[in-house]
Amino acid sequence: MTAVGSKCKVCKGPAVIGLRRHHAHFCAEHLQQLCRRQMAKAIEDFDMLSFDDRILVAVSGGKDSLAVWDMLIEAGYQADGLYVGLGIGEYSDSSGGYVRRFADERGLNLQTVDLRDDYGFDIPTASKATKRVPCSACGLSKRRVFDKAALDGRYDVLVTGHNLDDEAAVLYGNTLRWDIDYLARQLPVLPATNGFPKKVKPLIRLTEREMAAWCLVRGIDYIVEECPIAAGNKHLVYKQSLNVIDESSPGAKAAFYLGFLDRMAPILQGRSAAATGQLHDCERCGSPTTSTVCAFCMLIERSAEHDPVPVDMVLPKRARKEIS
Amino acid sequence: MKILLRNPRREIEMQGTRSVNRLLDDLDLNRESHLVIRNGTLVPGDALLADADEIEVRPVISGGSH
Ligand code: SF4
Ligand SMILES: [Zn+2]
Ligand SMILES: [Zn+2]
Repeated sequence: MTAVGSKCKVCKGPAVIGLRRHHAHFCAEHLQQLCRRQMAKAIEDFDMLSFDDRILVAVSGGKDSLAVWDMLIEAGYQADGLYVGLGIGEYSDSSGGYVRRFADERGLNLQTVDLRDDYGFDIPTASKATKRVPCSACGLSKRRVFDKAALDGRYDVLVTGHNLDDEAAVLYGNTLRWDIDYLARQLPVLPATNGFPKKVKPLIRLTEREMAAWCLVRGIDYIVEECPIAAGNKHLVYKQSLNVIDESSPGAKAAFYLGFLDRMAPILQGRSAAATGQLHDCERCGSPTTSTVCAFCMLIERSAEHDPVPVDMVLPKRARKEIS
Repeated sequence: MKILLRNPRREIEMQGTRSVNRLLDDLDLNRESHLVIRNGTLVPGDALLADADEIEVRPVISGGSH
């Protein structure tokens, strides 16, 4: 049985997707055209990348990071991949497999770092040892490992696959807390500074739904399963709330985040700790920090003293119940 | 029709032709958060799904601040 109605806005062929914020349907070809144009606009508006840059893309095996790597290569950029093994049980084993197959099939250059092998800890252990929620230990570790890999490899810029939904959810959380420091730093481009590589997010104008659709029409096999730790966390709740709002007012989510960049971010410019010069060098690793020893060096030290923790021990209660 | 759901991965069976949007409503799923694949191809909200079709409902929202 074939589709009855929707035709592509551009070519009038059969549509594969309707995008309510664009008030239109698109076929596979013109969905890709829309994604390419949105990424190009973000790159241009924020002066993210040039074709001479050596780019390192942080890839997780999920749809967004594999899609942005694919889109950059297709657009003619020079981009290598970086995968970090987080030690989150089966999820990590399986996500690493998706990344390796993606890179192998396309003959792309992939670097891998494994937290256990290379740094002596994994996320569950670091989370228990530092009493941080797992996503906080994970985010900190990934940021630092990405930074180091980009600097050691002499890359010009580090790319992450954060999309419009990710950024809107973070903005929602920061706004609920009126966290001015975080709000002031929530920019799609962070320039290179002492100890930090330049970081950019080319997918900020594209939604998760559009990125999943990109992967489907491009035949990109990505890990659909979630990190088991994510279940029910706040970030997910923010995303769902925004989608409920977007369902009744299509485009509201994009307007919330893109309007922030356009009208609020300029007002907050210069308000973050980094901008006000409160940073100095970590006495162990030399990375910029607001204290004497940076949070990542503390995390490594505490994790080394801690017995390895299995992933089940840090799962949200609901997920634990499902397993048992 | 056979319907594959993800996270966690499971399969259900439903009878009777209906549109993609109707299916998502029947399953109480948000349209912005899901894509529907019919016999291996992505289809829009008004596409009709028949009993002989193999369907996958794929969530597109990932959690965690990664
Ligand atoms: S959900 Fe949390 S723990 Fe899992 S990969 Fe994402 S940030 Fe890390
Ligand atoms: Zn078309
Ligand atoms: Zn340090």
